[in-house]
Amino acid sequence: MSGLAGAQGRAETQGSADVEGSADVQRLADVEGLTVRFAGRTVVDDVSFRIEAGECLALVGESGSGKTITSRALLGLVPAGGVVTADRLEAVGHDGLSLDESGWRDLRGRDIGLVAQDALVSLDPLRRIGAEVGESMRIHARRRRERLTSARVREAVLDELRHVAIPEPEQRIRQYAHELSGGQRQRALVAAATINHPRLLVADEPTTALDVAVQRQVLVLLERLKAEGTGLLLISHDLAVVGRIADRVAVMRHGRVVETGPTARVLGAPEHDYTRELLAAEPSLHPRGTRLSSAATLTLARTSAPAAASGVNADAPPALIVRDVVKTFRRPDGSRIAAVDGVGFELRPGTTLGVVGESGSGKTTLGRIVLGLERPDRGEVLLDGRPWSAEPERRRRERRQTIQAVYQDPLSSFDPRATVGAILREALALTGVPRPERGDRAADLASRVGLGAELLRRRPRSLSGGQRQRVAIARALAREPRILVCDEPVSALDVSIQAQVLDALADVQEQLGLAMLFISHDLGVIQHISDEVLVMQAGSVVERGPAERVFEAPEHPYTRDLLAALPASQIRKDPS
Amino acid sequence: MSILQSQSELVDAPRRRRMPPVAAIIAGVVLLVLIAAAFLPGLFTPLDPLATDTHAHGQAPSGTHLFGTDRLGRDVYTRVVYGASISLAFGFAATVIAVVVGTVIGVASGLAPRWVDNIVQRVLEILLALPELLVALVVVAILGAGVVNLVIAITIAAIPAYARIVRASTLQVRQAAFVEAAVALGQRRGAIIVRHVLPNVVGPLLVLATIGIGTAIISGSGLSFLGLGPATPSPEWGLSLSDGRDSLATAWWVAVFPGLAITATVISTTVVGRWLQSRFEGRGA
Amino acid sequence: MTSLTARPSRAGAAVWRYLPRLVGAIIVLWGAATLAFLVLHLVPGDPVAIMLGAQTQASDEVKARIRTDLGLDEPPLVQYFGYLGRILHLDFGTSYRLQQPVVDVIGAQLPSTLALAGCAMVIAILIALAIATTARGRVSRAIASTLELLVISSPSFWTGLLLLTVFSFRLHWFPVSGGNGFASLVLPAITLALPIAGILSQLLRHGLDTANAQPFVASVVARGLGPVQLLGRHTLRHASLPATTFAAYIIGSLLGGAVIVEQLFGRPGIGRVALDAITNRDLPVVMALVFLAAAVFVVVNLLVDALYPILDPRLRTAR
Repeated sequence: MSGLAGAQGRAETQGSADVEGSADVQRLADVEGLTVRFAGRTVVDDVSFRIEAGECLALVGESGSGKTITSRALLGLVPAGGVVTADRLEAVGHDGLSLDESGWRDLRGRDIGLVAQDALVSLDPLRRIGAEVGESMRIHARRRRERLTSARVREAVLDELRHVAIPEPEQRIRQYAHELSGGQRQRALVAAATINHPRLLVADEPTTALDVAVQRQVLVLLERLKAEGTGLLLISHDLAVVGRIADRVAVMRHGRVVETGPTARVLGAPEHDYTRELLAAEPSLHPRGTRLSSAATLTLARTSAPAAASGVNADAPPALIVRDVVKTFRRPDGSRIAAVDGVGFELRPGTTLGVVGESGSGKTTLGRIVLGLERPDRGEVLLDGRPWSAEPERRRRERRQTIQAVYQDPLSSFDPRATVGAILREALALTGVPRPERGDRAADLASRVGLGAELLRRRPRSLSGGQRQRVAIARALAREPRILVCDEPVSALDVSIQAQVLDALADVQEQLGLAMLFISHDLGVIQHISDEVLVMQAGSVVERGPAERVFEAPEHPYTRDLLAALPASQIRKDPS
Repeated sequence: MSILQSQSELVDAPRRRRMPPVAAIIAGVVLLVLIAAAFLPGLFTPLDPLATDTHAHGQAPSGTHLFGTDRLGRDVYTRVVYGASISLAFGFAATVIAVVVGTVIGVASGLAPRWVDNIVQRVLEILLALPELLVALVVVAILGAGVVNLVIAITIAAIPAYARIVRASTLQVRQAAFVEAAVALGQRRGAIIVRHVLPNVVGPLLVLATIGIGTAIISGSGLSFLGLGPATPSPEWGLSLSDGRDSLATAWWVAVFPGLAITATVISTTVVGRWLQSRFEGRGA
Repeated sequence: MTSLTARPSRAGAAVWRYLPRLVGAIIVLWGAATLAFLVLHLVPGDPVAIMLGAQTQASDEVKARIRTDLGLDEPPLVQYFGYLGRILHLDFGTSYRLQQPVVDVIGAQLPSTLALAGCAMVIAILIALAIATTARGRVSRAIASTLELLVISSPSFWTGLLLLTVFSFRLHWFPVSGGNGFASLVLPAITLALPIAGILSQLLRHGLDTANAQPFVASVVARGLGPVQLLGRHTLRHASLPATTFAAYIIGSLLGGAVIVEQLFGRPGIGRVALDAITNRDLPVVMALVFLAAAVFVVVNLLVDALYPILDPRLRTAR
């Protein structure tokens, strides 16, 4: 392994060069039969795996799969109340089963490190970067009763910041987390974990919530650490990341490992049904029109004749016209910023326009302007050819029936005191349904989106994420709209639930002939569901066109970056 | 209630799980007993709170006089029982009026145009800059001492805190995602206010008010202690404490038991209020 | 997002943020002064008669002359602006009852109250810190919660009496009343401190709970820190932020509580001055006290506003 040999200098200072000889250990993690129980509930069930030096093992699974707790068991950080049992739990040569809390503290930060997600909240926002990065070094020196001068710590911190490729480290150490860019922050977080050169690193969703460009930087860094001999336990739900840096994958579900093997093989030719399901649900891997989940198709055909014909009708006038819309905001320090800077498009009935962009692109503000929740500073929005954004609210209100929305967080869009039935009945009342009929119509609506009638009496708080989103869809449909604006409707959902909701939305659009404006940061989702695509960056549209063309032959470099971050481009088919 | 009390109660709420019903049950029982004593003091004691008996003055607690007697020979236990009605009455009255007035001001300000809200906010700020006790004292300075003026004083002192809470709550709810969703749905403005804003604002407030009764009782009895409330020989608890202060060296029971009664009342209302809070967590905004 | 205007300099932004606070503070002070002025005019009865006392034998001519001297027969608006003008010179008039300038009356008693309040504040902070940092397990938290409930629900005039009974009358450790010497400060300071300690403890404990639930704690603990180090180096600072927000109200509570405690322990101080003034309808003193309370509140708030960016770097204008 040339990578290891080249980084020999670093390898020599790795970990604790004390009596246990963990500096020579090649098998960095050896776990056999790990089980974790909380008050009778088994969260991790008979999990086994090994990690060698310079190797990356990825734990893949949805929420509740137990992957996080498994990783924490290697750090001795299973939450209070958890009972850990195993045949073997060795971390960097130490027997985890015989360690007490003090023993674990010797290991943490020195032999094993943790890189968490979202450095903005994973670094103490009240402390300077230099203090955060150097803290582990000071703590361990004190534990070993070693003398350590501030100058020595400063040197080591600067070294480590250079090692993670942060420019101008002398300035950075005096700054705070919120003053650094997203990429620098995340790399500083890595530096804080690697300052003592631990041999094993647990990376828990290290790239989530990061822009694609920053994601790439972090992955490059992790690859370099791997090449220097560090073992990596990667937790991620993002198959693109897994495909890129993991050597082996373990797929977890309900606490058990259902499949494990080399990455290319598991992702290219999965053997277990669940793995196949996960891959099947990945929107970017499937063309438009195919179903992502095994859930039944919705039957939404309305009793009254639909106002717009279903299917793409090229001659129909656009349902929505947006012209040169500009919206500016004032920042806390007084300067102005343009969230939306001259955006325009047309939305035809029966088609889906996908708007893709990362945080700060202005896509959400655009959605709010289209819905009439914000007024643009310049430009206009026309609904059915008539003025919409310029109209006073009292005249707009009756037309609101035409355009409805499904939001990213359905729970906060519901009155916390209302039951599902009340939510649907309110929408029906506004549509003019007489009071005696509302109850039955609500039950009917619920069943059409795949919800049982017994859910009407419950509050959304007690429902699952997927169910809540279905309630939101039902509420929107109750108004019999012709345009549906979906603002990140599946971002907060697990992949398999996401698949079901996307299928449901596709059914809605197809059977009711709605025009859909679909806003998301996830290009895979956009690719799967859109006819036309708008790519936004920093408030402007950088690329637009039919979905196939944009994905097959992207013109703008930003679009190319977004595409490169998709799993499809990372998962190499297994040659066997 | 004082701004501090209300803030720390609000602040304490989210992390609290269902409180053990045991504490709430005990508190509830104590409260019921106190309310019963307020309405039907005769049930608890056959004696007259004002009846003096110079032969039996200054006696320590015993079988015949549960809490002892004061220097005029009055039975302390009886006076504590009869004092309940006074304290509970002004605690309750002051809180109810303050909550109603505070809610009206707060909701109106929260829903009004920006400039109106700004003015009201300034006025509230000025009033809140003064400690509640001082406001009550100033009102007493204007109106004079006495029971009715006492109630007016603590009511006026409590209003700004409630108004501020309600205003903040109204503003928060007004900007909430579900209110915007109702607008997008096409709901009328009036209906949004009545169906969505008000219920979500008032719910948490009522619970806070329960806790506020305790604070009002402390304020009221404090003013009585200072001599600004009912005149002797009223069995009001704060007044009894003040009377008992002089004989503290020889007859501690005269002051201690009324004070114990105040503390017990305030603890019960607070515990019951917090329990209500933890129960309504699942529902309210 | 495209930036349309240049970002102001760091100093410029700080001024932009602080100026409205300063203006707001002045408005509050003006409001309090006006409120106090209204108090005078709301009081039923003739100010001169009140001032001279009910038993006065002064003739109507004398009263009229006093009225002219004090400017009380001028139209209210003229009186108002004159009053505001005098306040700017720190002239709060003359006490009806004591025939001394109000500033002197209050000034003489202020140090005693400040000593009491200062002591109480220190004691309250120490108690609150002690409880918040040691109550970590299930049982100790329940105990802490109960203690907090107890001290917040007990009126200070009662806890003071209890302390007096036990420590003065039974154990003779401390004097019963008076205002001299350190020993006479102990019991009143503790009495005043207890409810404040309860509230501070609640705020601190809640702050710690919130801080411990923050994501950075997982990363910090993974570096090998123990609970004490976590507390001292990280979470305590986070926890003290919300408590600092209420500093002005806490200090207000202290001053309010001082009225009762001073009366209970027979200590001289502003509290006694206030009580006497109110009982005797000595309105210039009452008005001055209202203004003083508002001024204290305003100053503390301004200090906290200036302090906050130092505690929380996120509030310092950066990128």
